[in-house]
Amino acid sequence: MIKIKKLNKNFGKVEVLKELDLTIIKGGIFTILGPNGSGKTTLIKAILGMVIPNSGDIEIDGKSILKKYEYRNGINYLPQIANFPGNLTVNELIEMIKTLRNKPTKEKELIQLFRISPFMDKKLMNLSGGTKQKVNLILTFMFDSEIIILDEPTSGLDPVSLIQLKKIIQEEKEKGKTILITTHIMSFVEELSDEIVFILDGKIYFKGSVQELKIQTKENNIEHAIAHLLLKENV
Amino acid sequence: MFKIIKYSFYDLMRSRWSYIYFAFYLLLGFVMLFLNNNVSKAVITLMNVIVVLTPLIGTIFGVMFYYNSKEFTELLLAQPLKRTTIFIGQYIGLATSLSLSLVLGLGIPFLVYGVIESTVIWNFASLLLVGVFLTFIFVSLAFNIALSNDNKIKGFGIAILMWLLLAVIYDGVFLISLMLFNDYPLDKFSLIACMFNPIDLSRILILLKLDISALLGYTGAVFQQFFGTSLGMIVSFLVLTLWIILPVWRIASKAKKKDF
Amino acid sequence: MRNILFIAFLIFVFSLHAKQIEVCATCTIKSLKKAVEIAKSGDEIVVKKGFYKESNIVITKPVTIRGENNPIIDGGGLNYIFQIKSDSVTISGLKLQNVQANYTKDLAAIYISKSKYFTINNNTLSNIFFGILIEKSQYGEIKNNAISSITKQEYNSGNGIHLWNCNHMMIHGNKVSEMRDGIYLEFTSKSKIYNNISTKNIRYGLHFMFSDENEYYNNIFANNGAGVAVMFSKFIKIYRNKFVKNWGSASYGLLLKEINDAQLFDNVFDENTIGINTEGCSRINYKYNIFIRNGWAVKVSGACYANKFRNNNFISNAFNLSFNGRINDSDFDGNFWDDYAGYDLDKDGVGDVPYRPVKLFSYIVNKSPETIVLLRSLFVDMINFSEKVAPVFTPDNLLDNNPLMNQVK
Repeated sequence: MIKIKKLNKNFGKVEVLKELDLTIIKGGIFTILGPNGSGKTTLIKAILGMVIPNSGDIEIDGKSILKKYEYRNGINYLPQIANFPGNLTVNELIEMIKTLRNKPTKEKELIQLFRISPFMDKKLMNLSGGTKQKVNLILTFMFDSEIIILDEPTSGLDPVSLIQLKKIIQEEKEKGKTILITTHIMSFVEELSDEIVFILDGKIYFKGSVQELKIQTKENNIEHAIAHLLLKENV
Repeated sequence: MFKIIKYSFYDLMRSRWSYIYFAFYLLLGFVMLFLNNNVSKAVITLMNVIVVLTPLIGTIFGVMFYYNSKEFTELLLAQPLKRTTIFIGQYIGLATSLSLSLVLGLGIPFLVYGVIESTVIWNFASLLLVGVFLTFIFVSLAFNIALSNDNKIKGFGIAILMWLLLAVIYDGVFLISLMLFNDYPLDKFSLIACMFNPIDLSRILILLKLDISALLGYTGAVFQQFFGTSLGMIVSFLVLTLWIILPVWRIASKAKKKDF
Repeated sequence: MRNILFIAFLIFVFSLHAKQIEVCATCTIKSLKKAVEIAKSGDEIVVKKGFYKESNIVITKPVTIRGENNPIIDGGGLNYIFQIKSDSVTISGLKLQNVQANYTKDLAAIYISKSKYFTINNNTLSNIFFGILIEKSQYGEIKNNAISSITKQEYNSGNGIHLWNCNHMMIHGNKVSEMRDGIYLEFTSKSKIYNNISTKNIRYGLHFMFSDENEYYNNIFANNGAGVAVMFSKFIKIYRNKFVKNWGSASYGLLLKEINDAQLFDNVFDENTIGINTEGCSRINYKYNIFIRNGWAVKVSGACYANKFRNNNFISNAFNLSFNGRINDSDFDGNFWDDYAGYDLDKDGVGDVPYRPVKLFSYIVNKSPETIVLLRSLFVDMINFSEKVAPVFTPDNLLDNNPLMNQVK
């Protein structure tokens, strides 16, 4: 369980998160939605400890995580942009991340799944964006962790890999993992999401299931529902 | 920490730039020896190059490496690692690989030339040591600048400016102030002023080793005491070490507070 | 006529009676002092191998003392070993040792006063205060002696070869080390000092003043505390000497002070803090000298007039030339400067643009000495370059109009 209490974050004069409260219960897929600059990524990074909040607290399983680092052993994170040290090979990179966490891994089946075994000895700078994203996915899913955070996981993926990704996410969910996703692809949201968290201007404007969203906004289409939320707030 | 050092080092050791840097020094070493035909004169000429160039390369590589590996750093930040581990690890990895390029690049031509049997071996060794010190200092300063500036171009600008300041402008101001306040005793002032610039400090260390100490000591009792005894050597090395420790300490404390 | 006859008679008598006295532990005469006492003019005393504890041997008649297989004469402390007060004395082949430092008397292993035609050769002097101390004497020869001590401080050490008020002396082939001054001359003229090696002396390798018309050549002065200092003398010649490694904060290859009408040529100045420091010297010709790896090759201070520098080599010096003040009456022409960056289009071996021996930085260091800490810095290189292109501070007329493209061989 992730519990966020009165979280504030400013970047200079810009208030990105304002007194944000959020509780994410254990198990399930949570999609975090919101327009650009709404604070999605900042929220995720705060949970990961990459952004240091001005005030407030974040607890995971009842323990504050601020100024700690060991707890990240229980979080898998997929960053938005995949950029790696160009002169290492895929193999070396995977080995490196493996050695950083002393946990059992399942990278072999993932390598097979995403069909990147031919690239294993290639330098990372010679890979295409899509292949890099696949490597990124492998690095994320090869550990068995309770919390999985995915920042725009679909970018640059071919349809086949996208289907594989959805399958993996479903599997992880069935194992009782807590999965946080940010995305712009609404079909992805509709298909997978157990709960939607809608953020605007650093505050949570909606939290609930897809169904609840549709009922509240009286829209049948999720894209329209989101647009509705946005418009309503802008008026 | 060791893992981060190892992988940063691996990454850089395979980078084209490391090879260019290495090849540059290799060429420089051979050309110096070939042109001068005299090891001790080559050492003096090399001093001028090292004192100016290693800071420049350290600065540029430091800033470049930091900005280029930003995303990878973020990946590492999501791992169960301390922030200081990540940044200090990357710093050591980079500084070590640059130092290795320097030491091997210059070492090989001099070894081929037979510097081991020559009497200047210690001068040469101290030259390399100072080069390594300067690399570590300027990479750490560059990391500081990059950490404080998310804007790449601004970071680069400040870094180059810092190099220019320490390599040229500082000495200019120093020289002018020495001339302006000619009527006052300036020996202590000038020694202290040297301590505040790692480039000056390194230059003086090499001068001391190259036995120009007498030349420096000629000026007066304070200089003579400083340069004529081992005091100068010891103090210089201590301050040079401080020049590494303080910026590295700031990297660590800055990294702890920074948002990514 | 009577005189001549008398001299002829004397020579006859001497040659007839000149005899050899042997001194050794098993001989009838066991003491050198005794031998000197009983010897007659012209006798030869042969000292056999052995250890003799003797001092204050006063020689008042022309005798020859010759050591065989290096006998040791130990002065045993606060005494002279030999005091020579007669003409035509020869001392050779002895090992003289142990003369203590004294603050009231300049004790020496060999003290010579008011003598002529003496020869001191092939002796070894060690652990002594003064080595050979000569006063008011003429036509003496000091050759092939080895003189050394283990002095540490200037105040309780003496000079190796010390001449005061002498003339027509020949000092050659000696090795002097670790004394106060290796060779010291005062009021000594018309003498020749050559082929000596003077090293590691705590003050000067060679030091002379008020000594005119002397010649110094083929000597080596190395690793001396303050190098070589010559003062208040005229009509001297210094040539083919080597001044090497006189490194120290107050050290010179050669310090010239108030020297006039001198010739300096074919000397090598290698690794000295200051190669030549000249103060108040006029009409000196510097030719074919080599200045290499010095801090300052030549430093000119005080009023120096009509000095000429021709065909000298300046190589790898931190500063080639430093001038105190802006008046220049020195004349540089046809020297080789290793940092000359001009060109020689007509290929006559002479650069087509003049060379400026005084760098801006050397001018600055003269004004504010502390700036020396900026030696070899990038900024200094830059201002030197700009001064070279457009001279503002350095004397305008200080030029070598015919700088050589290649070293003078």
